[in-house]
Amino acid sequence: MSFVLSEDQQMLRDTAEAFARDEFAVSRLRGLRDAGANGVDAEAREKLAELGFFGVLIPEAHGGVDMGMVSMGQIMEMQGRTIAATPVLQTAVLGASLINMAGSEVQKSDWLPKIASGEITVALALDEGTHHAPLNVATEAEKNGQGYTLNGAKRFVTDGQHADLFIVVARTFGEAGQSHGLSLFLVPRETDGLSVQILNTVDSHGAAHLSLDDVSVGEAHVLGAADTAWETLERALDMGRIALAAEMLGTAQAAFEMTLDYLQTRKQFGQLIGSFQALQHRAAKMFTDLEMTRSCIAGALSAVDENRNDIAELASLAKARACETLHLVSNETVQMHGGIGMTDDHDSGLYLKRARVQEALLGGATYHRDRYAKLNGF
Amino acid sequence: MAFDAPSELESFRTEVRDWLEANCPEAMRTPLKDDEVVWGGSRETFKNPDSKVWLERMGEKGWTAPEWPTEYGGGGLNRAQAKILQQEMKRIKARPPLFSFGLWMFGPALLEFGNEEQKKRFIPDIVKGKTRWCQGYSEPGAGSDLAGLQTKCEDKGDHWLINGQKVWTSYADQADWIFCLVRTDSSVKHEGISFLVFDMATPGVEARPIKLISGSSPFCETFFSDVKVPKDQLVGKLNGGWTIAKRLLQFERSSISAGGFGGTGGSGILTPQEYAKQHVGVDETGRVADGDLRARMTDHMMFAKAFGMTVQRSTEQAKAGQEVGHTASILKYAAAKMNQDKCELIVEALGTEGLGWSGDGFADDAKKATRGWLRSKGNSIEGGTSEVNLNVIAKRVLGLREHQ
Repeated sequence: MSFVLSEDQQMLRDTAEAFARDEFAVSRLRGLRDAGANGVDAEAREKLAELGFFGVLIPEAHGGVDMGMVSMGQIMEMQGRTIAATPVLQTAVLGASLINMAGSEVQKSDWLPKIASGEITVALALDEGTHHAPLNVATEAEKNGQGYTLNGAKRFVTDGQHADLFIVVARTFGEAGQSHGLSLFLVPRETDGLSVQILNTVDSHGAAHLSLDDVSVGEAHVLGAADTAWETLERALDMGRIALAAEMLGTAQAAFEMTLDYLQTRKQFGQLIGSFQALQHRAAKMFTDLEMTRSCIAGALSAVDENRNDIAELASLAKARACETLHLVSNETVQMHGGIGMTDDHDSGLYLKRARVQEALLGGATYHRDRYAKLNGF
Repeated sequence: MAFDAPSELESFRTEVRDWLEANCPEAMRTPLKDDEVVWGGSRETFKNPDSKVWLERMGEKGWTAPEWPTEYGGGGLNRAQAKILQQEMKRIKARPPLFSFGLWMFGPALLEFGNEEQKKRFIPDIVKGKTRWCQGYSEPGAGSDLAGLQTKCEDKGDHWLINGQKVWTSYADQADWIFCLVRTDSSVKHEGISFLVFDMATPGVEARPIKLISGSSPFCETFFSDVKVPKDQLVGKLNGGWTIAKRLLQFERSSISAGGFGGTGGSGILTPQEYAKQHVGVDETGRVADGDLRARMTDHMMFAKAFGMTVQRSTEQAKAGQEVGHTASILKYAAAKMNQDKCELIVEALGTEGLGWSGDGFADDAKKATRGWLRSKGNSIEGGTSEVNLNVIAKRVLGLREHQ
């Protein structure tokens, strides 16, 4: 496990930081919201593609830059700082790694270059209930003459409002709750029988419910071997969880810094409110949480690049701690800003709203605590 | 020292391995028992005779203080070599030959602030474990506000004259010498403190053990009445003691954070999870039956893992030459919370078995865990209270202002 960035990784971090600050300020998300864009930002997507961010986990042979998870973590952390609406998590982390790990040579050459260039966005359609439960897949894929017929529904698919390609997790065998019998299907947006209900979400990033009614796809659309997608899916989910945790670290860090600034400017009773010990201690505790969470995320990111055998454990540690830290920091951000933190004009609320979505995606603290305990035989 | 070629390091490893093989007694390759810990000094009894042999051999080699200069009896190893020594000792499960405030706290400070004569006089006996040191810092009126200390030190021409009282002096009744903060100027606060060392056998020094809620007495009240100290035992400049004190507190806090806490239990105590499995039971899937307890224990396990990774991160970043003061500042606070949570969870998991005090009605490890839990309450008080630690983070790291 390495906690020190290489020169290349540091350069990428600096680029991502400058980009988030200069072109992706929080005001951009506010603007998208007020314009009713529902998280769709074509211009930003173009710029992300120019910077090569979509290709970080894609091999050079397929148009990527193959820089690994530590690098991806830097990008995620920086976009988290400004709670930017980007397709990076779904497209460049989950989508790219699933296709790269499970795809045939043809599927890889068909899709990976398009992802790397920013030409398409991808969304993993997995959860069917209101809480993350990757084994609870009831969507059925039944074998027909030329391929499969899919029936079922997917809830709260982030980026589902604009994704060009869905990776649908469906059951070719067994019952909800079992790991054997899961399969992955590449389903383009325009496929007959797929309907997309666009959602207006609290964080203004948008999402969609999917309904699959007799969606027919050919054999060529099965990603990896049928029935046995679980292992690959779980690895991709862990990469997604770690990347999302890195994004949440950026969100929490930025909200904390904004709060710290306020503590050092706002006066009451003739004093800077930051001089009150009741607030100082809470700030110091948040800082402690942030530092410890940062270590977990750095360790988990590097574990993926080193292909260690404790990735699952570290992913749950990173996501659970990111959830807890961001939950605390986002609440304290509103509280410490007082009345102004309750107003729509102030950014506190945007951070709070985004925080709860990030917490829920790919499993909250409760989910990952339980998983961590199980992985430790407890 | 110059960079070592890998081949040189490997031959050093072979050398170390052979030496340890020949010199580490078999009994010193077994888990350390609580009553066989060696603190050295004139009162050391060496309950296990092999521990004496082990200390003498390691002390002679300077490997109790591997990175200290050889001219003062240290091992003279560079960082990479010291790491190899550590790895090789771990490989054969060798016990640490010496526990010592001299090694952990006073020695590093003396190497930095002492004069040549003082280093030559005191460091070799620290390395060999011949002198046991204690720390005279806190006073009845100066705990968290340490710089408020009042122990008076007067210049009497050919000696210093000390009058006053220290408290929470760890193992003062067992120590040979004390390093002590004294007031040499009462017109100013921090700038009127000096750093003195003296023999605990000097007339006028009296140490009285304090009994703690855990039943043990690791700390003393220490009284000084007209104690005469030779002039050459002032370390650093007159009225310059606070700088040394702060530096030394860093050594203390880092040794506490690195796992040197009282109350961690000692040998034979199991993890909270193990006690939960034994005393609370598991359901048909192997999970601890009390879901709430299981969740809180998992939370603790994750906190401990995150803490370990933070220590690792700050070590690696320091090695890479990066600034780590910010990260390091949280460790003492986090370590105290971690250890206290662990002790609470153990006692909770033990149920009534964790509520024994003495006698045969309770298992030895359970009684030890109970005492350890009581002792751990001091973790957030000793070496800077958690509140003071949070103040330090808020002011020095986050830049928040002092209340006017």
